[in-house]
Amino acid sequence: MNKRLVENIFKGLMLFSFALVAGSLAFIMLVILVKGLPALTLEMLITTPKGGFYMGKEGGILNAIVGSLYLAIGATLLSIIFSLPLSLYLQTYARRSAWANVVRLALDVLWGIPSIVYGAFGFTLMLAIGLRASLLGGIITLTLLEIPIMTRAMDEVLRMAPPDLEQASFALGSTRLETSWKVVIRQMLPGIITAILLAFGRAIGDAASVLFTAGYTDRMPTSLLRPVASLPLAVFFQLGTPFPEVQQRAYASALVLTVIVLIISLGSRWLAGRLSKYTIK
Amino acid sequence: MQNDLTAAPIEKQQAHTWITRSFKEKLARRTFFLVSLVPVLLFLAIVGALLVKSWPILKAQSIWALLSGTVWQPLKGAFGFYPFIAGTFWVTLVSMFLAVPPCILTAIYLAEYANARTRSTAKPILDLLAAIPSVVYGVWGILAIVPVVKLIGPYFDEILGFIPIFKDTNPTGFSILAGSVVLAVMVAPFIIAVTFEVLQTVPSGVREASLAVGATKWQTIIHAVIPHTLPGIVAGIVLGMSRALGETMAVLMVVGNVAKVPSSIFDPAYPLPALIANNYGEMMSIPLYDSALLTAALILLVIVLFFNILSTLFLRRIKRTSVSSG
Repeated sequence: MNKRLVENIFKGLMLFSFALVAGSLAFIMLVILVKGLPALTLEMLITTPKGGFYMGKEGGILNAIVGSLYLAIGATLLSIIFSLPLSLYLQTYARRSAWANVVRLALDVLWGIPSIVYGAFGFTLMLAIGLRASLLGGIITLTLLEIPIMTRAMDEVLRMAPPDLEQASFALGSTRLETSWKVVIRQMLPGIITAILLAFGRAIGDAASVLFTAGYTDRMPTSLLRPVASLPLAVFFQLGTPFPEVQQRAYASALVLTVIVLIISLGSRWLAGRLSKYTIK
Repeated sequence: MQNDLTAAPIEKQQAHTWITRSFKEKLARRTFFLVSLVPVLLFLAIVGALLVKSWPILKAQSIWALLSGTVWQPLKGAFGFYPFIAGTFWVTLVSMFLAVPPCILTAIYLAEYANARTRSTAKPILDLLAAIPSVVYGVWGILAIVPVVKLIGPYFDEILGFIPIFKDTNPTGFSILAGSVVLAVMVAPFIIAVTFEVLQTVPSGVREASLAVGATKWQTIIHAVIPHTLPGIVAGIVLGMSRALGETMAVLMVVGNVAKVPSSIFDPAYPLPALIANNYGEMMSIPLYDSALLTAALILLVIVLFFNILSTLFLRRIKRTSVSSG
């Protein structure tokens, strides 16, 4: 066969594949918007469900919005405490040592563990220490889920740190700690923030890990030891009911969740661009 | 930075700060090392906890009987995992069948043909596909995919029904095919990203040599670039597969959840993650049920880790060799 023809056929197939991938995203967005927008009223956003065990026909999803933010913000802050030193350790202290390889492999493996397994593990852990489904349990489980995501992303970012800069800092007599804390972190701040937001986005959308550990409730979260609602579970539970009014809340929750994830994904890109003004090139 | 250096009068502080600085450095080194134990310990803790919790049922029944048993009746103490394991693989393999060809072609397009502008529009599209929460994929599946499957099922049955895997006896649309379509879109960004990265490791000399002897771009890709990267591409697909195996919510919402061994893509299935999600947390009164569900988690973990570690080690070697040679 003519090689130009083959070239063009496969070029066409490739363009079609790319369009298929991009089109899937557009299709998902369209479906979520068409179903979600009519359901998304102001009342939906600022009230909690009224009457009966998340089956009440009136009210909104404020409990789930606030609950999800509490869960994801709490877990993200806790993860930073682990991930930042961990990635600095991998880049400035351990570098390419055998131990660093072991830690990186452990992180890769943890990254691959399904979130339902984190959920089951988290719940087992909570049973062992006598903790019930609660905001605290959800935050702990999400933290475990977030640590590998955030650390891997930060590790990738710190790897890009210009070696000259570090060496200049060492040459001035700084210790490794001073170099990583005062020079490397500041230089790589845009990437570090992107890594944090990436983990936050994963945590706020994850349903399987909070299913047993955070529980669900129609009330606003008031205590670390009480169950808390979350947007992904608001979608999951409320979509499964036979009442159209309750399903409306599921569609609204799905739209709110999508918008949050969209803002995080596009926002972190924009923020990284803005912040990179302050780094040394 | 200028300020930090000039702010401290060096002569005055040198005497006692020297000790403090080296002490801080030592303290940091120790602390950082302790934090680096966390991932390793967490992994061991997860495996350990699941093993301990699975022990009661593994002691009571033979592992082979559990893995090959087809009856799931917790009240009668029958815990056969085979339908769930089969369901997991059915959904995953069909999704790979759907996802791999377009994903590889898209990655080749982005790596070899697309200009910088197309690439920079593709990046946020893939990032967004990876970022969309699985329940949102589930909602999309219920609203858009399940009805389509329900509609096309009878036609497939009529035309291709003599092939067992296309037989449609399920009028609901909640099926393996629906789960696989949703999963295919979910794992696409992973497969595309890894394949794209692997293609980028091919030295440009390989392409130039092929183009120089008059090959077209596509011939270059098929005869020079792909053979160079095939192991890496396979590793990328396996990595995507290990994501698909563990995906819970989106699949659970569209796959039907019937504990029977499926034989057609239109049959419902009940994958392992869905089994755990639907039942864990409410089974406290039935003996061994809790242990059986954590055994399901253990089986899932072993399957996922097998594929995940395999592809991770492989991709790591490819990256290392490409770095050292380039």
